[in-house]
Amino acid sequence: MSTTVQSGAAAERANQQTSAAPPPPVIALQGLSVRFGNREILKDLNCALRGRAIGLLGPNGAGKSTLINTLLGFYKPSSGSASVLGHDIRTETRKIRSLVGYMPENDAFISKMNAVSYVRMMAELSGLPPAAALERAHEALFCVGLAEARYRELGTYSLGMKQLAKLAQAVAHGPKLLILDEPTNGLDPSARQRMIRMIRDIRDSRELQIVLCSHLLRDVEDTCEEVLILNGGRIAHYSNLEEERKANKRFLELETYGANGDFTDAIEKLGCECATSANRLKMILADGIEIRDIYRIAAEKDVRIRRLNFRRDSLEDIFLKAMGS
Amino acid sequence: MAVYRRTYTSYSGALTPAWSRWLVLFRYSRSSLFRSKLQTGLFVLCFFYPLFSLLTIYLAHNLSFLARLGAVGGQILTIDNKFFYYFVNVQGVLAFVLTAFTGPGLISPDIANGALPLYFCRPFSRAEYVLGKASVLAILLSQIMWIPGLVLFAVQGSLAGGDWTWDHLWIAGSLVLACWIWIAILSLLAMALSAWVKWRIVAGALLLAVLFFGAGFAQAVNAVMRTQLGHFVDIVYLMSTVWNGLFRIGDERAVSSTEAYAALLVFCGVCLALLVKKVRAYEVVR
Repeated sequence: MSTTVQSGAAAERANQQTSAAPPPPVIALQGLSVRFGNREILKDLNCALRGRAIGLLGPNGAGKSTLINTLLGFYKPSSGSASVLGHDIRTETRKIRSLVGYMPENDAFISKMNAVSYVRMMAELSGLPPAAALERAHEALFCVGLAEARYRELGTYSLGMKQLAKLAQAVAHGPKLLILDEPTNGLDPSARQRMIRMIRDIRDSRELQIVLCSHLLRDVEDTCEEVLILNGGRIAHYSNLEEERKANKRFLELETYGANGDFTDAIEKLGCECATSANRLKMILADGIEIRDIYRIAAEKDVRIRRLNFRRDSLEDIFLKAMGS
Repeated sequence: MAVYRRTYTSYSGALTPAWSRWLVLFRYSRSSLFRSKLQTGLFVLCFFYPLFSLLTIYLAHNLSFLARLGAVGGQILTIDNKFFYYFVNVQGVLAFVLTAFTGPGLISPDIANGALPLYFCRPFSRAEYVLGKASVLAILLSQIMWIPGLVLFAVQGSLAGGDWTWDHLWIAGSLVLACWIWIAILSLLAMALSAWVKWRIVAGALLLAVLFFGAGFAQAVNAVMRTQLGHFVDIVYLMSTVWNGLFRIGDERAVSSTEAYAALLVFCGVCLALLVKKVRAYEVVR
């Protein structure tokens, strides 16, 4: 898939949406619990997620897939409720399913069928007329990079190709929400990169929203704006990565040579908060202070700056904190 | 939209009616049916007896042929309820063999390849899935059972005249009902086995086992326990009882028609329950 450009109509729709009532959250959970026999898998989940790309993160067995399957109506909630794009999962399952494209975690294909027939059939089951479904199947397979192999039987595909075919069937009918359950499972590094790039491209088309479920931090960090961390069936943490990225632009880490108290004092006089350790200096830039001001003071105090980083909590930090708590 | 546009675009065109989605599954399942030459050959074989029956009807009305046999009065070749009863019996056996080849491949590949979540994450219910798959068998078996049966009845009616047709109209009704009951039983049984057994060959063998070992088991129960209750697990016996009743064949049976109907209904219910249990996106492990 190459670069994408938001269409005029889509931009117009987006503008209309911002001027009118706010759109419903992509996923809203209100005390959602799911129980299988005596085991409570999801426990009283409450949140409203509105991001363009939402990551569901958690260790194996945290309840990520169960949450997705419940949202799709595969499992019935034992208590509480939830909605997807404003539609209740108990009463409007069919409507939700017509708006969603789902890429399951495990192998999911139909034997002795080539990729075009497979994607076309899935699009037809979503309601597209046969001719439109065929056209969209070809488009989707081109889109995910399976154009050359689209007439091959799915059984002969490699694992990476099967993942791409699953992605193609999930987007062929033009859903409003794309749910990806462990999309990079079993992929080698280059195939993983390709998959992540494709997910980002789809996200940036702004035609649909994405829920990505993974236990791989890098996948979520590379593609998502919002992260919901689950642990033991509960929400361990919610983080808006986009907001944090913006906020942390003011959080600097310097490695210096020849710095002394004068340098730190001078920076603090600018209104910045500082913390020193050995030859490292962490600071939060005050409003109106730019990096060039730091360099100017360093020059005045004869301090050499060896390294300057925008330091922020990585998703790994956030995840480990959430697991620790 | 042209395929060279390699970006994601949403779809805003027309949608097909929701009620018609099961036909998609039927169409795709049906298209893969005749890939096997053996299956195609078997399907063709299933038309030999209807052709033979057609010839029989023709000959029964061919006076010069009957005269050569010395049976102008129609004593040798009589087209009546027994004729259609035998037709249903022969075609029923062939339908069973055809089901043993076709049925196991309907659901088991979807389960083995984890395809069920792909169906059910769409606006497509489990009932529609079962309907789509069952319709493949139902239409296939209809083509060899009641449709040729009705053609034979129509030919016989046209040759024998309006009076015969009016007097024997009940045979046409019995023929359709008898065939549909057998088709329903075979379809549900084949799909239930296909859903529970991953391997196609094993599922086919099990289908044979249910019918043949069922009969053997019933005989054993009857002999050991000195009862007639064993017949209730013998599908062939129950079906034969129902057919006897429908075609008014005065044969002494250990089980009444009503009991046979009830037993077959329970059997269908069990098959449906097995299907409902297995045909779901993900199995819940409690």
